[in-house]
Amino acid sequence: MNVVAKTETGRALGDAFAVVRDRLPGKGKIADQRREAFEAYERLGLPHRRIEDWKYTDLRALMREVLPLAPAPDAAALARAAAAIKLRAIDGVRRLVLVDGAFAPDLSDLGNLDKGLSIRPLRDVLDAGDNALSVQAIATDVSNPMLALNGAMATDGVVIDIANGTVLTQPLHIVHVASGTAPASMFTRSLLRLGRDAGVTLVESYLAGEGAKAYQTHDGLIVAIGDNARLDHVRLVEDSIDAFNISSATVSLGAHAHFNTFGLTSGGHVSRYQLTVTCAGEGSKVETNGVNLINGKQHADTTLFMDHAVPHCASREIFRAVVDDRAHSVFQGRIIVRPDAQKTDAKMMTRALLLSDDAEADNKPELEIFADDVTCGHGATTGALDESLLFYMRARGLPEKEAQALLIQAFVGEAIETIASDALREVAIATAQRWLKARA
Amino acid sequence: MSLLEVKDLKVRVEEREILHGLSLTVNPGQVHAIMGPNGSGKSTLSHVIAGKPGYEVTGGQILFKGEDLLEMDPNERAAKGVFLAFQYPVEIPGVTTWNFLHAALNAQRKARGEDEISSPAFLKKVREVAKSLNIPQDMLKRGVNVGFSGGEKKRNEILQMALFEPAVCILDEMDSGLDIDALRIAADGVNALRSPERAMVVITHYQRLLNYIVPDVVHVMSKGRVVKSGGKELALELEESGYAQFEDAA
Ligand SMILES: Nc1ncnc2c1ncn2[C@@H]1O[C@H](COP(=O)(O)OP(=O)(O)O)[C@@H](O)[C@H]1O
Ligand SMILES: [Mg+2]
Repeated sequence: MNVVAKTETGRALGDAFAVVRDRLPGKGKIADQRREAFEAYERLGLPHRRIEDWKYTDLRALMREVLPLAPAPDAAALARAAAAIKLRAIDGVRRLVLVDGAFAPDLSDLGNLDKGLSIRPLRDVLDAGDNALSVQAIATDVSNPMLALNGAMATDGVVIDIANGTVLTQPLHIVHVASGTAPASMFTRSLLRLGRDAGVTLVESYLAGEGAKAYQTHDGLIVAIGDNARLDHVRLVEDSIDAFNISSATVSLGAHAHFNTFGLTSGGHVSRYQLTVTCAGEGSKVETNGVNLINGKQHADTTLFMDHAVPHCASREIFRAVVDDRAHSVFQGRIIVRPDAQKTDAKMMTRALLLSDDAEADNKPELEIFADDVTCGHGATTGALDESLLFYMRARGLPEKEAQALLIQAFVGEAIETIASDALREVAIATAQRWLKARA
Repeated sequence: MSLLEVKDLKVRVEEREILHGLSLTVNPGQVHAIMGPNGSGKSTLSHVIAGKPGYEVTGGQILFKGEDLLEMDPNERAAKGVFLAFQYPVEIPGVTTWNFLHAALNAQRKARGEDEISSPAFLKKVREVAKSLNIPQDMLKRGVNVGFSGGEKKRNEILQMALFEPAVCILDEMDSGLDIDALRIAADGVNALRSPERAMVVITHYQRLLNYIVPDVVHVMSKGRVVKSGGKELALELEESGYAQFEDAA
């Protein structure tokens, strides 16, 4: 056994796992998978800076320990969650709510499901016993300790199936709310399976109820997009300023499928979002875009792994970071083009704007190309706001912060523009404006 | 009281003195022209009046309606009624002209304790001004000055001047890069804004502009000082004899 597992942290959580194990949904094979996943986590321990993928986000230093599992929400916690949701409500969506790691049916819209749409809590799926779906749901890449931990501990989530040919006009909105008043961890995992020729928009947001303190969100999303299907995905991280959010999404695309994702992180103390996208079907198209708006001592890491496994696929990444005070933004983007993936067209552009001398932005683009007939490129820039533009704007009467706000909005606008839905683009703009207003 | 009073102004840029004790008094209703060769310090003067960072004022004063302008932020100066039409207007991608002007006008109004102007009222106002300056509507929807020709950029400056209705307008080389038709449109725009309460300081290298905007007073600047002042005939004199005669005086 590795020395790493001997850390205090590993042992404390190991005891915790032994305690909660029987409370976790799923028996038989699922329970075995969980145990294996937990053992993998114990072997590896919390990731640290000497592990290449975690170089800039050393969880041993930043998070130090994984907190025990949050208790199921009581009526008061659900009421606080309802209040938090109301403040960030998005019109016209079907809302699916997870509070403190448990699906909250009373806060969710499960009525009048469209034909071809199925939504079930993960707990029900796991409790139903071993079957292909439940086993897949808890399957885990054990090489990544945080994914392994999520697989071991996941208490609930939503399992969404969209039948072949079903194109939903109403977006689905998974809302993660931390509502417990004592620091604790939530482990959730959701699945979305889009059939052939299907289409949907999925919004995910992370919020805190009043009084939620220093909590940890450990979330996983597993998505399979069928042939010729389309998923639009918008992710908004507005966790409380002392919270941790360690999340991942794993997305695979069938032939001629289209995945458009946009993430905006303005909340949380430390956040890490690991997105793995695989073009598994020819002619698929991926747009992954994102914005970080962070200040104070926030740390926000987006790590993208774009895997071109087959020919004729295209991927585009536009990432913008705005970093103020002593905050630290990380963007790692690895594009791999496998030997068979001829005619791949992959481009990545990341830009960071530093608003203070102590702000930090790390950009690590990597291209690994094993095919010869491809168009690939990446670019990364880091800079400050242009003084000559600021002076021009101030000379027209705009106070400094207002002038900065307009320039910052323009800067992040290039990424926000990629959101396909007008309404959700407005939601993202409003979120950015809230951040700008708070700093003015 | 004079509107703008520059008294014995000394300015350094990066350890080098550029203005060596410049004085200028501008009264309401007047149009002053400042002429001088390249490098004489004309833009430096305009920047210092507008409050651009990076200039060190080592001596003298600038008073606007008797108030110390050098104590104010650039945006405060704008709200009080100081306007600089830039020699090189910048491009601001991603910020529409429309949005920018609305935000700027409201910021000025707010600073003066006035009500904000609503979108419809603003739209109407901008449309009128744009029309008079031959500025097409769709230019207002584009990023500020992005993809504008030289002439369009200068017209956009005049548009802003008309919109903000400042008390003192400083026009830095507004004729540079303009053909004769564009110059005429821009000059008409400026002349339309002349009023007994407002003053203009027209900075130019060439006399040509002064055929269209006729000044009350002409100053010749050389090497960071005003070396001669006179009536509008001084501009014509310069046109014939050039700046060389003043080089020694400076
Ligand atoms: N930012 C600066 N840094 C260094 N020198 C400057 C700067 N701005 C202006 N100067 C110098 O100051 C002098 C006056 O420049 P300027 O005010 O632009 O003159 P004008 O507008 O009359 O052509 C020139 O010698 C110029 O090189
Ligand atoms: Mg000049």
